[in-house]
Amino acid sequence: MRRRGSVLKPARLTPLDILHTGMAGMRNRPMRVVLSALGIAIGIATMISVVGISASSKENLLRELDKLGTNMLVVTPGTDLVTQKEVPMAKDAAGRVARIDGVEHVGATGLLNHTVRRSEKIDDMITGGISVQSATEDLLITLRGGMRSGTWLNAATGKYPSVVLGDVAARRLGITEPGQRVYIDDEYFTVLGILDELPLAPEIARSALVGWEVGQTRLGFDGRPTTIYERSADDRVEPVHSLIPRTVDPQTPHNVEVTDPSSGLQAKAAAEGAFSNLLLGLGGVALLVGGVGVANTMIISVLERRYEIGLRRSIGATRGQIRGQFVTESLLLSGLGGLVGILLGAAVTGGYAISNGIPWVIPPWTIGGGFGATLVIGTLAGLYPAVRASHLSPTLALHAT
Amino acid sequence: MTAPDNAARTGPVVRLTGVTKEYPGGVVALRGVDLTIGRGELVAIVGPSGSGKSTLLHIVGTLDQPTAGSVTIAGHDAAGLGDRGLSALRAQHIGFVFQAFHLVPGMSAQANVAEGLLYSGLPRAERRRRAVETLERVGLGDRLNHRPHELSGGQKQRVAIARAVVGEPDLLLADEPTGALDSASGEAVVELIHELNEEGATIAVITHDAEIADRLPRQVRIRDGNIVQDTAHDQGHAGTHGPGPGPGPGHSHSHGPVPSEAR
Repeated sequence: MRRRGSVLKPARLTPLDILHTGMAGMRNRPMRVVLSALGIAIGIATMISVVGISASSKENLLRELDKLGTNMLVVTPGTDLVTQKEVPMAKDAAGRVARIDGVEHVGATGLLNHTVRRSEKIDDMITGGISVQSATEDLLITLRGGMRSGTWLNAATGKYPSVVLGDVAARRLGITEPGQRVYIDDEYFTVLGILDELPLAPEIARSALVGWEVGQTRLGFDGRPTTIYERSADDRVEPVHSLIPRTVDPQTPHNVEVTDPSSGLQAKAAAEGAFSNLLLGLGGVALLVGGVGVANTMIISVLERRYEIGLRRSIGATRGQIRGQFVTESLLLSGLGGLVGILLGAAVTGGYAISNGIPWVIPPWTIGGGFGATLVIGTLAGLYPAVRASHLSPTLALHAT
Repeated sequence: MTAPDNAARTGPVVRLTGVTKEYPGGVVALRGVDLTIGRGELVAIVGPSGSGKSTLLHIVGTLDQPTAGSVTIAGHDAAGLGDRGLSALRAQHIGFVFQAFHLVPGMSAQANVAEGLLYSGLPRAERRRRAVETLERVGLGDRLNHRPHELSGGQKQRVAIARAVVGEPDLLLADEPTGALDSASGEAVVELIHELNEEGATIAVITHDAEIADRLPRQVRIRDGNIVQDTAHDQGHAGTHGPGPGPGPGHSHSHGPVPSEAR
């Protein structure tokens, strides 16, 4: 193994041995370990929860968007460049849109010049912000809407004085269940049903919808749609978008406006994802303070363990091995803090998500980044105390306490 | 012994030549000390506090470097070694026993002894196996899992001695090994030291206690940084040292010439 005159080479410690020496100091001072790791834990927990909560909110919006779909387009009349007036769409505009390749569902509404009230005793100037519209039967399926209660208009009920209310409209009118009646243009209409929320079509939520035929027979509707809702295959959205104006109004396509109601929600989701930099900075400061705490603990640990350092030097530890021992201890301290912080941050995010009924999302990069940050901090915090420890005189252990 | 090394085994374990140690501030702890300790010897280095015996121990133990003179331990010139080389030298050739034991609290006797092999490069299982063996050798085979606070002072010191000899060092340095013990425990420790020496260990005991020193085969007395008496020299055992018969039980081999420092 060794020969006279051969160069003396210190043995290498195995990773397990290094871990073992790094834990030597922690075993005897559990309370100090907890307290110094706590600072790191708070910092990491803050950062993880800040990122986690905004990621969860974003995920929530994205899932909602997914449910609502991004493949719906809304067609409305544009204003004529010369006359500055709205150019009404043709009666068969909805049918033309339906014939475009890739279009799956088409629904239409026609705005009626009436108000909806609870009874005839209420002045007809009080609109409550609710519009009365004729709606085609396919409107509901096109919007992917659902009924909160009651039923949607169908071919039969569309002929009679019956109405479906959007959720906002129903609340404003004080209608709570189907069967109640509302007053439109000198006539009582029976409420068939109340719609669920419609995030992509807030104008429908504020409407009282009557059948297409009833509108024409009883409420003076001219049959020209004022808004067309169209749903196409996901990969056909772009071509359909460009084909709609020419299809609806071949002569003056620029008089047709096509909008994508999901773009607003998409922007909102992007904004939610941009987590609060201020809070993140706060977490960073906490992490830094935690790092200073670990450095402090390490310096005290080195001072206290002069004899152990001397002993290790006397049984053959090199300066590098002493340095490694204390850097390892510092890494373990901050690593422990980081681990606890990640769990804590995940729990805070989980609590927020559950109490708000949104999905629980923690991006993997925050966990990796958070843990990486603690390791960097652990190394930095441990380096100076470790270098100090390695330069302590090895004769120390020989002095009796 | 980990690896028989004929060349190193035949030479003296310790050879100091003209060793002087001056601390910053002008305090001179050692003034040109020459000291040779042969293989298998049991030497007492004795002197009052302030005599320089601690400094001598540090230098022989390669924990400190002399200002002048040369130090050769087990055939290795300490002056030519850096921190890594000196650490390896300590790990492979020198064992230390301290007055205050310096056992790691919270660790079993076995683990404490195994710690003595931590920097030797042996695998963990082997370190633990040898620790058991050595504890049995010092008569603590039934105390393997006891923690330091569960042991008496004498037992603690025996664990510390086991830790020092578990690596089978060429040289065992014991600094006031009985200093913190009552006389009965101290007696047991001295006996253990004798036994280890009979089994072949080269041991230097540093003490201020003349009574203990007188019971060892060779005494090196230090005062004011000089060796004032070396029984190996005085008794005229000095002779040409050469390839010895290897570790001999209980005999102090003289390895001269060992000039004592002129006053």
